[in-house]
Amino acid sequence: MYNIQGYFEAATVNEATALLAANPNLTIIAGGTDVLIKLHHGQIEKAALLSIRKIKSLQGIRKLEDGTIVIGPLTTFTQVVNDPVIKDNIPVLAEAALSMGGPQIRNVATIGGNICNGATSADSASTLLALDARLKLQSNQGERVVPIQEFYLGPGKVDLKPGEILTEIIVTPEDYQGYGGHYIKFSMRKAMDIATLGVAVICKIKEGNIFADVRIGLGVAGPTPLRCREAEVFAKGKVISRETIAAIGKLAVKSTRARTSWRASKEYREHLVEELTRRALQAAIVKAGGAEIA
Amino acid sequence: MLKKISLTVNGIQATLEVDIGESLLEVLRNRLGYTGVKKGCGVGECGACTVLIDGMPVDSCIYLAVWAEGKNIVTIEGIAKNGELSKVQKAFIEEGAIQCGFCTPGYVLTATAMVESGKKYTREEIKRELSGHLCRCTGYQNIIKAVEKALAD
Repeated sequence: MYNIQGYFEAATVNEATALLAANPNLTIIAGGTDVLIKLHHGQIEKAALLSIRKIKSLQGIRKLEDGTIVIGPLTTFTQVVNDPVIKDNIPVLAEAALSMGGPQIRNVATIGGNICNGATSADSASTLLALDARLKLQSNQGERVVPIQEFYLGPGKVDLKPGEILTEIIVTPEDYQGYGGHYIKFSMRKAMDIATLGVAVICKIKEGNIFADVRIGLGVAGPTPLRCREAEVFAKGKVISRETIAAIGKLAVKSTRARTSWRASKEYREHLVEELTRRALQAAIVKAGGAEIA
Repeated sequence: MLKKISLTVNGIQATLEVDIGESLLEVLRNRLGYTGVKKGCGVGECGACTVLIDGMPVDSCIYLAVWAEGKNIVTIEGIAKNGELSKVQKAFIEEGAIQCGFCTPGYVLTATAMVESGKKYTREEIKRELSGHLCRCTGYQNIIKAVEKALAD
């Protein structure tokens, strides 16, 4: 039996934000695969819950006329994996979603919950970071849009002000069109495990062999998911070669703030950043239409 | 805090009052008597508590009972029809995919959802679909063989 002190259910976003404004201590619950486990382990005590799972407007994925992709935060990981819009336009996000948990978890866990938990290991976060996704947040005071880069404040801490809920995850066409991407999750077990390191790389190629743009999102390489700006700036305009790719991998390590945990030492994580950034980039190049670099 | 819910379990409709803090696992086992639903880890890692909710495998230990309102639940008790085992169950027996049996109900339910999907699965995909279950007795190979057999029939 979970220690649940109160339970509210909202049918619309306005209802949810009104309930949150009136009861600031409510814990928002969607799929529940993190919140209920935290309750079980006592990380959350005596929670009063606000269930948003029935809010229709927060479900599903749509592509707007201008190419903007809007992902509803209540979309489950299974839905992300199978969604035609995602598969056709940002397959790298489907790859990341498929690496999360196991089938039973993916059937209920939501992408919005994955982001709002603020875990550095969130499988969707590093990819959405590489895609420069933006998040629409709403409270009964109105709404605002924040870049996902600015949303992560620290371990388990996100920029959700009291009374706010995540209503949309937005990826604009200039951030995915022409890009190829690859996600590598490094973990002890291929399923049901938390990433030791997660690497999402997307890249765009011009004139056949020049990096037009490279974006690297890392999970578990610091207290929050992060981008490797130095490596990205270096990559821009460079001719694609083994040497360039190796240099990008080395530079990626500079952006990290890895630490030692029971899963892996700092040194091991840094080694993984260098090696896996290289491997993910090699795969992303091919998916972006470039030649294979051995 | 109590809430009244109506749900269908193995084709039988049930209406009952549940506590807001009760998991679907607890309601199925303790209130409705479906003890084929096993409680393992309690945190969605072992898969022993798997049931089908509207045809999809879900860990019932991290699913609140109130969320089952209006849903169609299938537990292992609902798999054999008129005393006859399903082809998944038969395949598990024929391939020796069972030892202690604690994980078996969950495996059978996930495999049933796979069979009912009508999809083709590679061996890798079968492994992936079963990855949310732990079995420390048979060592997985016989389970994979059983699922392959049920899918091929």
